[in-house]
Amino acid sequence: MSPAAAAATAAHSMTTAAAESHGFLSPTGVEIAFLLVGLVTFGAALVTVTTKQLVHAALWLVVTLGGIAVEYLLLTAEFIAWVQVLIYVGSVVVLLLFGLMLTKAPIGRSPDADSGNRWAALAVAVAAAAALVWVVVDAFRATWIDLGGPAAGSTEATGASLFQNWVLPFEALSVLLLAALVGAIVLSRKAKTEKSSPPVNSRPATGSSPSVPDSRNHPVERNGSVKGTESAEQEGGR
Amino acid sequence: MHLAYPAVLSTLLFCTGLYGVLARRNAILVLMSVEVMLNAVNLNLVAFDVWLSKAAEETLHSGQALTLFTIAIAAAEIGIGLAIVLAVHRNRGTADIDKLRDTAEGHETDGPDSDARTAEQADRTGKAEATA
Repeated sequence: MSPAAAAATAAHSMTTAAAESHGFLSPTGVEIAFLLVGLVTFGAALVTVTTKQLVHAALWLVVTLGGIAVEYLLLTAEFIAWVQVLIYVGSVVVLLLFGLMLTKAPIGRSPDADSGNRWAALAVAVAAAAALVWVVVDAFRATWIDLGGPAAGSTEATGASLFQNWVLPFEALSVLLLAALVGAIVLSRKAKTEKSSPPVNSRPATGSSPSVPDSRNHPVERNGSVKGTESAEQEGGR
Repeated sequence: MHLAYPAVLSTLLFCTGLYGVLARRNAILVLMSVEVMLNAVNLNLVAFDVWLSKAAEETLHSGQALTLFTIAIAAAEIGIGLAIVLAVHRNRGTADIDKLRDTAEGHETDGPDSDARTAEQADRTGKAEATA
């Protein structure tokens, strides 16, 4: 055997040894947990987009978003995980449920939940999934995440990087949230014969979260305006 | 952890949301599917950020910062989107995307309910869709 071939063989054996040390065919406990939670998450997402009961879709969305929060925890991004739980599971799903009820969504099975082009949609989704999975697996076949050591997404690390390197986008985001707040109020008030009650109701909500339970105590007398302040207060409460 | 696990999971979730956006008829269910897609992107960002923060010497944690921004923008998007859906529902009496065909190009393929609509009502719905 020539020296070059020997070196090549040694290098190859080294790379395979590195792969073996990561346990290519023997997954670690974190990987098994990730796989199981991922299966639950994916199944819940499938039920969310295929169920014919509209309220059940929102409730399965809770399972999906909670599963993704657990995946963040497994990836040691704990701050993102709790933000996910607070904002998505806490407020976005509640907003969606409010929207379902205010648009008089039928309780029980609604046969026209899917439109007529669902088979074309299924073909597009399956084709996209196949292509993307193939590309991703082929690209990152030999890449491992090192989950040891200090957590990459602890609150300290995330906060330090956010307020050292990302201050300007952070402030711009607050302006965007204010614009969304005002926009939701403007969109959901009626164009004519509307008292100024929605802005008055929603103004204290921009300060703190305790006003959110207050808004739940309001009787739903007018769907639109109450909904508008509700969504605005959800955003303000965040 | 193998990087393929979160990458493949986020891919599958994204395509699930894609199916939901294309196949659902109710606007609020479409918004739910959009949320699933955004969460898939967030999972991808977090996974790659954790990978890069361990692989690189110095990192900006850009993945996690972008994830936080995406979450905030998604919350704003769901608020505005629901306000639009409620406005459309108030004006049209339906939240089904298939029936909102006033701005569709080509031949008129509306159902019989649109034929019975008066001109004043059509004007109002036109304004509603312009707002949307």
